[in-house]
Amino acid sequence: MSSKLALYICKRLVLAVITIFLIITITFFAMHSIPGNPFLKEKAPSAAVTAALEAKYGLDKPLSQQYTTYLKDVLKFDFGPSIKQRGRNVSTIIMNGFKVSAKLGGTAAGSAIVLGLIFGSIAAVFHNKVIDKVIMFISTAMVAMPSFIIATLVLLIFCVNLKLFPANGNEPGGLVLPIISLALYPMSYIIRLTRSSMLDVLGQDYIRTARAKGVKPPKVLFKHALRNAVIPVVTYAGPMIAYIITGSLVVEKILAVPGLGKEFISSIVNRDYTMIMGTTIFLAALIVIMMLITDILYKVFDPRIDLS
Amino acid sequence: MNNQDTMPKKNLLSFQLNLKDFEKATDDEKLQQVRMSESTTFFKDGMRRLRKNKIAMASLSIIILIALIVTFVPMVYPYTYEQQLGVAQGKRIDKTYNNLAPFEYGETELERIANGEKIFPHIFGTDASGRDYAIRVIYGGRISLLVGFFAAIIVLIIGIVYGSIAGYFGGRVDLFMMRIVDIIYSLPDMLMIILFSVVLKQTLTPAIEGTTLAKMGTDMISIFIVFAILYWVGMARLVRGQILSIKQQEYVLAARSLGAKPRRIIQKHLLPNCMSVIIISTALQIPSAIFTESYLSFLGLGVSIPMPSLGSLASDALAGIYTYPYRLIIPAISIWLIVLSFNLLGDGLRDAFDPKLKK
Repeated sequence: MSSKLALYICKRLVLAVITIFLIITITFFAMHSIPGNPFLKEKAPSAAVTAALEAKYGLDKPLSQQYTTYLKDVLKFDFGPSIKQRGRNVSTIIMNGFKVSAKLGGTAAGSAIVLGLIFGSIAAVFHNKVIDKVIMFISTAMVAMPSFIIATLVLLIFCVNLKLFPANGNEPGGLVLPIISLALYPMSYIIRLTRSSMLDVLGQDYIRTARAKGVKPPKVLFKHALRNAVIPVVTYAGPMIAYIITGSLVVEKILAVPGLGKEFISSIVNRDYTMIMGTTIFLAALIVIMMLITDILYKVFDPRIDLS
Repeated sequence: MNNQDTMPKKNLLSFQLNLKDFEKATDDEKLQQVRMSESTTFFKDGMRRLRKNKIAMASLSIIILIALIVTFVPMVYPYTYEQQLGVAQGKRIDKTYNNLAPFEYGETELERIANGEKIFPHIFGTDASGRDYAIRVIYGGRISLLVGFFAAIIVLIIGIVYGSIAGYFGGRVDLFMMRIVDIIYSLPDMLMIILFSVVLKQTLTPAIEGTTLAKMGTDMISIFIVFAILYWVGMARLVRGQILSIKQQEYVLAARSLGAKPRRIIQKHLLPNCMSVIIISTALQIPSAIFTESYLSFLGLGVSIPMPSLGSLASDALAGIYTYPYRLIIPAISIWLIVLSFNLLGDGLRDAFDPKLKK
């Protein structure tokens, strides 16, 4: 590893740490700037009850002290108790939900990458043929569809009309539709990326050399061309993860998947402040870390990239 | 002129010159040699290329058509987006108006038709509260387009000012300003938007009560505030990068040595040369703003009831997906069509205006 690369990784690490710290700070002060306290809702409890509740959640202390306590707790992965779900810790809810969401998001990301690379390569190889045009038409149309539209349409087609899959994410086979809804957009994006970079690569001299030497077409495609064509796709990995995480919020709500996204949405509706704070910080930190990893991997994969 | 006859007849093998070849060219012939095309500006040249791009022009006409529909149709339409057709002063709520199928009429309307009156049909039927669905979709489209345009303008202004200052002054100013951009850029925007929307919804509601802003809804305002806080960084980066490379050119040095102030150099010399990049990224900013707005409305954080937006219409339709699937499909297709058209137009603009892609 060159010293330049090491320096770059250090820089990115520092930026990531600052960002996560900033996210915690913004989230904390934003949520605490909401007037009133979270217990004063439909029926106002008596002063004694409010005081007791405030003492329980540490809301009676000065804001700066609350902030440092919260910061320390977050570093220990403790987001405090949930306000609306009695007797449950935010961290436990997050972990339980995240298990489902990670499985869903991971599968969606994996299938988006694999299918995207395959269809993108096919489109590039059959450049300007009918199959290329069909693939490009579908992927262009898909890129203009928000995740919630895809999810609702998928629900409409596969559950309501065809009755192929259950509309509930709990049942067996129930994760198929959420995966489809989450994977379609990134897949289309990767198809377009792969196609254009593949077209670029296929026109280069070393591919012609390989062909002239008599290398079989599939080997030229997969061994020589795809390796270089895949590099732009790596840059998309970061935004894709962010898309899948935010997309899963609505997809999980629409298709009833008991994941973290659904918990987050219901916490917004219920004004469960500790839960909103905890989930925002958790998901945001996750996105920042994933971006960090893909950025570093990108530089490691392609030594030609200028690190300055 | 025609002195061919006076010349002696040319021997086939002789080297005698043909005098006709040495005649002066006529004005007509001279004109044929001149190949002057009209001088064009960069903008005109780009527009000419854009006009040749059929897909981009089709998208542009769809956008214009949608813009015209959402602007003018609500003015002449006989129903309004908030009018519950079954509710009349001093009468019981007429439930026959709720959940009408397309081209069906409510009870009193049927009576009036029987009396020979002409009633404007409910093209897409009515929703669960007896409101005409077609006008709600049109109004939702209006909200989506407005959010897209205003967000793009906010991003444009902040991004250009910030980016050009950082790029022009360079050095420590640039370093400091760009670190801020880096940090904002690395914040996950969607989550921050959701967080700010939740917070602003709670804090702004009492603050703007009674003012004209209240009618617009806190969520709309919070969307714009969030765009102003978070979304300009991409534009600022782009503009700064362009300015950094352009400011090395000799004409900037010339302007500076003539004593031009930084403000004038940025406005007159630098920004016009970044125009292509700015136009392209603005065109691509609009669909992403529409995306965000519909996403937030879908989560219930967008426009406030009873104002519709395409996202909230889709969200409301989800409850009746088994019975009234068209109520989901109509706003879904509208969002898709708008975003697709802007995407394709943006692609066309990039092809037409990006000099790097010029063949």
